[in-house]
Amino acid sequence: MKRQIPLVVCFIAGIIFLLQYFTPHPWPTYLAERMLKWTIVIGFFALGLGIISLWITHLPKVMKQAPGWGYNAVSLAGFLGMVVTGLVWGKNPGTPFIWMYNNLMNPITATMFGLLAFFIASAAYRAFRVRSLLATILLVSAVVVMLGRVPIGDYFFDMLVAPLGYHGVLGAAANWLLNYPNVAAKRALNVGIGFGQAAIALKILLGIERSYLGGDK
Amino acid sequence: MSFLGLGMILLPVLASPLHADASAAPAPATSTTAAASSAAAATAPTSAAPATGAPATGDAPGEPVSGEGPGAAAPAGPPPEPPSEVTAKDKPGDEGKHVTVRWKISPDDGAGTRSVIGYEVLRGPAAGGPFTATGTKAPAGKTEAVDEVPADGTDYWYAVRAITITGATSDSPAFGPARSTAQWFNPEKTSVAVFTLIFCTAAAIILAMARGGTHFYIRPIGGINAIDEAIGRATEMGKPILFVPGLQEADNVPTLAAFSILSRVAKKAAEYQTRLIVPCYYSMVMIVAREVVKGAYLEAGRPDAFQEKDVFYVTQEQFAYVAAINGIMLREKPATNFYLGAFFAESLMLAETGFMAGSIQIAGTDQPIQIPFFVAACDYTMIGEELYAAAAYLSDDPKQKATLKAQDLGKAVVLALTGAGAMLWAFLPTWAVWFSKMVADGEFLWSRVAGLFGMGS
Repeated sequence: MKRQIPLVVCFIAGIIFLLQYFTPHPWPTYLAERMLKWTIVIGFFALGLGIISLWITHLPKVMKQAPGWGYNAVSLAGFLGMVVTGLVWGKNPGTPFIWMYNNLMNPITATMFGLLAFFIASAAYRAFRVRSLLATILLVSAVVVMLGRVPIGDYFFDMLVAPLGYHGVLGAAANWLLNYPNVAAKRALNVGIGFGQAAIALKILLGIERSYLGGDK
Repeated sequence: MSFLGLGMILLPVLASPLHADASAAPAPATSTTAAASSAAAATAPTSAAPATGAPATGDAPGEPVSGEGPGAAAPAGPPPEPPSEVTAKDKPGDEGKHVTVRWKISPDDGAGTRSVIGYEVLRGPAAGGPFTATGTKAPAGKTEAVDEVPADGTDYWYAVRAITITGATSDSPAFGPARSTAQWFNPEKTSVAVFTLIFCTAAAIILAMARGGTHFYIRPIGGINAIDEAIGRATEMGKPILFVPGLQEADNVPTLAAFSILSRVAKKAAEYQTRLIVPCYYSMVMIVAREVVKGAYLEAGRPDAFQEKDVFYVTQEQFAYVAAINGIMLREKPATNFYLGAFFAESLMLAETGFMAGSIQIAGTDQPIQIPFFVAACDYTMIGEELYAAAAYLSDDPKQKATLKAQDLGKAVVLALTGAGAMLWAFLPTWAVWFSKMVADGEFLWSRVAGLFGMGS
């Protein structure tokens, strides 16, 4: 019974959302909207559990001064700082909460995002190493696309092929690579993903896939 | 230019007092036609086609209607010829409370000194009126507008008013009744419904075959085969396994797929007594992931080994989440990292850090843009649908595997249709246009199907 009730709820909810997709009638839309509101309520309780989890994860390490406990302390201090300032002064422009968000949170986030450039450089180095025919094709395609997408690349390539009477070849080649082989591959992926998602949805609706309930049995 | 022109045309229409409600004070600019015909309109016969959905057969002979300003003031200029052949019927495929009104434009539309610059839809509760302005307007040249009515299931009569730049108006004869209803099916989604039906039917047949004991061949996928190997490696090294279930909520399909794989990974980890760390981006994901891991440990006969604190909530801030996971990788040095679910800009940051930490890495995502990053930085990558197929691969349940065959069948159908469409396009242009329209436009298909059975659209 412990498993049957969630499966029935899942089936009914799934059917309502399926109906809501295909029918413009207000009844299924009303039911689906009600259910979405329930998820907000459930999400509120889940957030509470998340906060408890956060403290259970970090606080013992700070108390025991485990290795790296400083990071845990910073996490808890950040949490407390944002919550207290938000509760006391609100979240309007000019409040400490917004000041901390704009002057601490945003720069830190931007810094993390900036690191992506270095990660891309190291990954690209490995990806473009010429080790096989496929890797060579990848390298050549990447060079054509990267140079063909910037004016300076097209400019220098035009200088090279100008004696032959060609212009804009590199840009055209880059566009061709992006618009034909690249789009074809992406569409093939999307078709497969669509069917995969439909299969998962069907398995969950029919109760074939029930691992999300905590095990298959 | 075009915006300015449109504004110049529409502004006088919108500003005209003709659009005031019938109950308002007499409109000074009410047309001569409207004023002259007001008495006749009270008894104006109108076409009385059946209420709902029945196609209108044209306007009935009748006098122009008037519901506004019978005591009209001086005319604003010579009135235009009124619109004709007004029809009104329920808007198909909608949530109700909408009636589509169509008309034939006034002969003075867009030309002459009485040039019509727009139309306004009038609505009345009976053939004899009174007709009031609905506020539904259309510029010159247009022959259709959708009126939002107060209630479904109520009969309404319609007339269309032509308006000149000087504010002179003339009203068409009334048409009705028309009644709006809410539909249970949106014809625009016919093609999706057809494919869904085909897919579900195929899946049901294959599932029945699987229950009957039919064995299906499934091609091996490297990334999925490597899962056991990766867990074994972590066990041999005595290091933990890190499982990152993506950055989407628990109700998103990639996350659900990640839960399926997490269940199998957790079961193996429990059997091998290897620690499993699951940092979560959403608290809801954490709750479900805990249930999944707990259930897997229970199935493996090791409920005592389950550590709730190892499935924990981190943050809902994208790069803070990355920082936390990268920190875990560098401190805990997991032997195996799984990145399964929906990933975005953080994919490469995670995978590169894992690579630097020397972990064996298995990734899978349905985000096409992130797949190259995972391919570049991970040992194994499940691309697109392989993420969804993984749980079925890892399961011993024949029903799970049967759904994979249904997916293959669906892809074969799409491939065949794409090929057929391309061939038709190349060799039979007329048929190709019809065929591509049929596939791409559900409403077109529905109208053809409805036509076959003698139903109106």
